[in-house]
Amino acid sequence: MTAADLLSVFSDFAFMRRALAGCLVLSVAAAPVGVFLMLRRLSLTGDAMAHAILPGVAAGYLLAGLNLWAMTAGGLAAGLAIALLASTVTRLTPLREDASLATLYLVSLALGVILISARGSAVDVMHLLFGSVLAIDDTALTFIGIVASITVVAFTILWRPLVLECVDPGFLKAVGGRGAIIHVAFMLVMVLNLIAGFQALGTLLSVGLMMLPAASARFWTRSLGAMTAVAMALAALSSVIGLIASFVANLPSGPAIIVTAGMLYACSIVFGPTGGLIARFRPARHRTG
Amino acid sequence: MRNRDEAVQSTGGATLAFVNATIGYDRHPALHHVTASFPAGSMTAVVGPNGAGKSTLLKAAIGHIRPIEGSIGVEGCRRSDIAYLPQLAEIDRNFPLPVFDFVAMGLWQRRGAFGGFRRADDEDVARALAGVGLIGFEQRLLDTLSGGQLQRVLFARLTLQDAPLILLDEPFTAVDDRTTDELVNVVANWNAEGRTVIAVLHDLDLVRRRFPRTLLIARQLIAEGDTETVLTSDNLAAARHYIEAWDEAAPYCEVEPTP
Repeated sequence: MTAADLLSVFSDFAFMRRALAGCLVLSVAAAPVGVFLMLRRLSLTGDAMAHAILPGVAAGYLLAGLNLWAMTAGGLAAGLAIALLASTVTRLTPLREDASLATLYLVSLALGVILISARGSAVDVMHLLFGSVLAIDDTALTFIGIVASITVVAFTILWRPLVLECVDPGFLKAVGGRGAIIHVAFMLVMVLNLIAGFQALGTLLSVGLMMLPAASARFWTRSLGAMTAVAMALAALSSVIGLIASFVANLPSGPAIIVTAGMLYACSIVFGPTGGLIARFRPARHRTG
Repeated sequence: MRNRDEAVQSTGGATLAFVNATIGYDRHPALHHVTASFPAGSMTAVVGPNGAGKSTLLKAAIGHIRPIEGSIGVEGCRRSDIAYLPQLAEIDRNFPLPVFDFVAMGLWQRRGAFGGFRRADDEDVARALAGVGLIGFEQRLLDTLSGGQLQRVLFARLTLQDAPLILLDEPFTAVDDRTTDELVNVVANWNAEGRTVIAVLHDLDLVRRRFPRTLLIARQLIAEGDTETVLTSDNLAAARHYIEAWDEAAPYCEVEPTP
């Protein structure tokens, strides 16, 4: 099979074209979110939130079936509730944010699975957890487009305060910047992106399209802007290869895309010029020799 | 030209005054009924033993801690215009940000979250970096800087903030003599431009050499005024007597505020 044959899956099948369009738009939106999650050391927070939105999505599913807007509203509500609850617990008790978030998302995930299995079948559970390209219909594409637009606008507005809040939160506070509002806005954008991603990737893996390309991009450049661009490109590349693999080998689309992103991540670790293994060990060989 | 005008305007120097202020944590005072003032354009060292409330004094001045009693007044600028260098700046040095961009944050009050950077702003940043001896460091990332270099970067940012009141919390800890000398010159320049400077310091020799005014505290005010009259052996002995630990059974303070 040639590359043209592989790419023909997109020209031959409308649902593959829609899935590709959705994933590419998602790549552009999710990459900057992932870069900032990584730089703020919140990589696992993204993961926790991805678990946390499941009961909301499930509740929407129970009430209205596979209706995008119902599941979105439910997921958004659950994500925000967990985020606010976690920060409240952190503020009022000695528990740190990571611990309170971990407890909440575990309960949340368990509740979500119970909710789905109460009504649906195992197929439904798999679909919500791991996504399906067939789920990306025109409504889902519209929603992904809206979320991506919101994300781009939000980052345009938030970029400078967000960088400042990451590097020197004390300074932002001293000059009268509102760090808490910026954090909440950022979390909101993250939850929106997770929900936009769950049709194609599933709730559990939609965080993967954020984190893996962002973590890989760290190995290719040290500049923040370039890092974001590299992350977008890697996410898009993972989407294309992953979707083709999922079609050809009949794999679930979400895991196929994330495994591809994982392979690109492994390549980045080895070959990346800034901190990659080869770059790291080559000068050492010169010194001893 | 415009920038110079702005600078002249805002360097009137601000006044900071504590009136019978008690500031503390969990009802235990870290500063007990302190009345002290820092006149416009003055340069004051805050001296005292560990736990005397020196950092608390500065944090209260910028409004991070509210006084339990009494009041703290700033005249001549808004609270958010005060430039403050904390003792342990919570800077994430692994964040991939070049020195130039980091220092440029000092222009936050002028450019805010969205304002575009103009040519004049870039020149101001370059001048601030030159002022602390960091020409050629513009594109270095924060994690490649030494401790002393990072302190210079922070001073460059303070310069750009163009603040009428500058608070420094132990700015020369873990900094070598040469860097300290150069940074003290930077501080003296700020003061010569009319800015009010308050610095928490431990090195009494440095205070005697370079700071005209001193405030000696040990949870309460011991002495305030010209450095020679404050740093006497009697006053220093009085400060040393102070007990750092909280007394959990201490009775509630019944002192009436002095009129």
